Amino acid sequence: MTSVSPPTHGDVSSATWRRVILALLLLLPAAFFVLFYIYPLGSILRLGLLPNGRLDTGALSELFRSGYLLRVLWFTIWQAIVSTVLTLVLAFPGAYVLSRFRFRGKTLIRTLATLPFVLPTVVVAAAFIALIGPSGVINSWLQGALGLESAPIQLNQTVWIILLAHVFFNYSVALRLLSAYWQNLPPSMSQAAQMLGATPLRAFFEVTLPQLRPAVTAAAVLLFIFCFTSFGVIVILGGPRFATLEVEIYRQALNLLNLPVAAALSLWQILFTFILMWVYTRTQAQVSRPGKVGARRTIERPARTPREKALVVGNALAIVILIGAPLAALIVRSFRGERGFTLAFYRALFTNREDSLFFVPPGEAVFNSVAIALGAMVLAVGLGLIAAQALTRWERQAASGVGGGLGVLTRLLDALLMLPLATSAVTLGLGYLIALGRPPLNLRSSILMLPIAHAVVAIPFVLRSVLPGFRGIHPSLHEAAAMLGANGWRIWREIDWPLIRRPALVGALFAFTISLGEFGATVFLARPETPTMPVAIYRFLGQPGALNYGQALAMSTLLMLVCMVAFIAIEHFRFGDEGEF
Amino acid sequence: MRKILLTAVGLFIASILVSCGGTPDAADLPPVVRLMTHDSFDISAELLANFEEETGIRIEVFKAGDGGEMLNKAILAKDAPLADVLFGVDNTFLSRALENNIFIPYRSPLLAEIRDDLELDNEYRVTPVDYGEICLNYDKRWFSESPVPPPADLSDLIDPDYTGLTVVQNAATSTPGLGFLLTTIEAYGEDGYLDYWRQLSENDVLVVDGWEQAYYSHFTAASDGDRPIIVSYASSPVAEVYFAEEPPEEAPTAAVVADGTCFRQIEFAGILQGTERETEARQVVDFLLSRAFQEDIPLKMFVLPANQIAELPEVFEQYGQVVTAPVQMAPGRIAANREAWIQAWTEVVLR
Repeated sequence: MTSVSPPTHGDVSSATWRRVILALLLLLPAAFFVLFYIYPLGSILRLGLLPNGRLDTGALSELFRSGYLLRVLWFTIWQAIVSTVLTLVLAFPGAYVLSRFRFRGKTLIRTLATLPFVLPTVVVAAAFIALIGPSGVINSWLQGALGLESAPIQLNQTVWIILLAHVFFNYSVALRLLSAYWQNLPPSMSQAAQMLGATPLRAFFEVTLPQLRPAVTAAAVLLFIFCFTSFGVIVILGGPRFATLEVEIYRQALNLLNLPVAAALSLWQILFTFILMWVYTRTQAQVSRPGKVGARRTIERPARTPREKALVVGNALAIVILIGAPLAALIVRSFRGERGFTLAFYRALFTNREDSLFFVPPGEAVFNSVAIALGAMVLAVGLGLIAAQALTRWERQAASGVGGGLGVLTRLLDALLMLPLATSAVTLGLGYLIALGRPPLNLRSSILMLPIAHAVVAIPFVLRSVLPGFRGIHPSLHEAAAMLGANGWRIWREIDWPLIRRPALVGALFAFTISLGEFGATVFLARPETPTMPVAIYRFLGQPGALNYGQALAMSTLLMLVCMVAFIAIEHFRFGDEGEF
Repeated sequence: MRKILLTAVGLFIASILVSCGGTPDAADLPPVVRLMTHDSFDISAELLANFEEETGIRIEVFKAGDGGEMLNKAILAKDAPLADVLFGVDNTFLSRALENNIFIPYRSPLLAEIRDDLELDNEYRVTPVDYGEICLNYDKRWFSESPVPPPADLSDLIDPDYTGLTVVQNAATSTPGLGFLLTTIEAYGEDGYLDYWRQLSENDVLVVDGWEQAYYSHFTAASDGDRPIIVSYASSPVAEVYFAEEPPEEAPTAAVVADGTCFRQIEFAGILQGTERETEARQVVDFLLSRAFQEDIPLKMFVLPANQIAELPEVFEQYGQVVTAPVQMAPGRIAANREAWIQAWTEVVLR
């Protein structure tokens, strides 16, 4: 045990120092949020809603009267709810397997599940069509096997393919969030219940599920917001007959130049999400109860009984087939030329046949993408952790009766900080264009704009991943450590960090992935000097020709590979000398 | 610990300040002209370097989305322009650009070499740079294996033999989609085009939002889709040859170029109001009309040069199809009716 000296004169100034630093630290996420979210958003909303200094409601009321907007809003909401429920339900078995069992290939399965997240929707759409399109693999096989005249599965441009695609893209979000939290939950309570006579199913529903509630609701909120603001999937796989709020904003702003309507719709979207978040934070505050956390080694074990083995294998196979199949179709296609196996598309990636200015050397694209993604990740995780820590501390203070307004303030902040995820990318992008492309803050040509823009969207992710973890740390642990003489930093490093390491890692991974695959926000900052991989992919898809399509697939495969490598690297990240305690 | 934190915070703030405040003395650098374009813009690096060497002007390209998006961003930001020169506004959007008064007129001396039928603005606020045609394309191989002959005209698409064979783009969101809609309006008149689309709809036409999606997810010649007829460009077959894995003998696809079935699309460039570099911007516009750039256009953007003295590359000479009588609708007429036409079309086809 390390010896500790009682506070002396010299230590008083160090305590003040600490407060100053903490205050400064807290300022960082706040300043970041105001500068890079409130300011650009405010600019574009003001431009949209008050074009000549007066509120113009003509176009908007017209749309309302026609009932069209209400239909759009209704569709947006229900498809988001259904997608969320579907994804959660499907992710539960996977999360259970990942958090309770140790088996070979675990990291790979987890990584595979996350890959769809990084791919541009256009590319995935092509893979989907290749698999379940009218002339796709499955339909051709079914037609042949059952002797049918036309393709039996016609999902194209139906709501089913939208739901399916949402599950495909977002499965890993639910999977990772749930398992990261579940992993820290010792099975003792569930086992106790079973010893007292509950069936495993009953123990699950009445013991484990309530314990998991913070993670489930966090995942549900994230998934809902994602599906609520879904754009690519709706447009590309659903087709022009479907419209969510986000799609409508896009069409109004960029195709019809109806900025007042677009701005008003954006405001709607933000308000709706805010109300949702407000309700959510109220329920969370009541439920969140610090519980016991256990060491990973005692929780994870290899599958023993045949039923457990079947569960593990079945789940792994399900993930590999359902998620791996479209991805595999993509990869295979990138190697398949007119005469079978070929590396021509990969070779072509490295050649600039026409001396194009916008040629994207793959090495450079990879480097840029990874560098920007790392920057976004560090920013998002750093600021997110600070914000989460502050929020939790204030919540505790509010709960123990310090200052009535503090509880409301924290809930307000919690809801506010989620908004960037729910804000239309079009609106935010235009806001950046207008507000940050000119003085007083002209960052248009700054290399930092990309990681910043990505971090703004990723911070809500980090928050949702990390907050349940923070809230789950029992204050008595801190008190005990402090009594034993540890200072703030040491407490954080040796108690907090190991407990939130995995959720923080999940947040980090998603921040990284969002940045890697991000194309929308990048439009504003399209600098030919720093091409990224998604930009390169879209460039290839803009022209006809087998070489172009092949290169798009080759670059997509590269993107997936980079993603996988980065994931594995990040997952093995250790901070300080923490091990499995 | 506090040292580490302070350093980190300090570095972060410093890096932000450096990136936004620290520009070198402007007098030491070559003048920079910002060229705002759509995503399909392309140019040879060497060509650009030559221009910079000859004139001392550095061109910085800023890609801003597809044609409509780009224009709307330019209009949105017209009080604090995003660039000095805008390239890529086409004839379907021209009136919107001119109405919003975002250009400074400039009459380039090189206009003498440009085709007359491309100069749509007699006030020289915009300058034509290239043109192309939006046409139906079809998959030759698919049709060679089918009893149905390839389509020769718009009316074939509503023939029962051609059920479920066509994919088109959403006229509200896509330029080729809009071009095709305007072609049908010209062919069947403002009273008859909706009937045509009703029949096309009954004939199971597939409508998707964007060109990439239509081409790479549904066109049989380029994907695992099941539609052998697509709305694309007259130059798409040439691109298929040029970007084929191995040079084919003949093009795998062909365009329908019968009179009145294609829509002429012209792209313009203009100097944006509010630029601080008007002299240099003029030189850039001249550059866009120069023979060197014009001859670079075909293999980069797969459209045709507006400058008549520019020579076409061989692949265009060999595989290109000439469109003798495309639909050319006055920009003013398009601007006046566009919203109403799109709305009506959406009601019939999409709802």
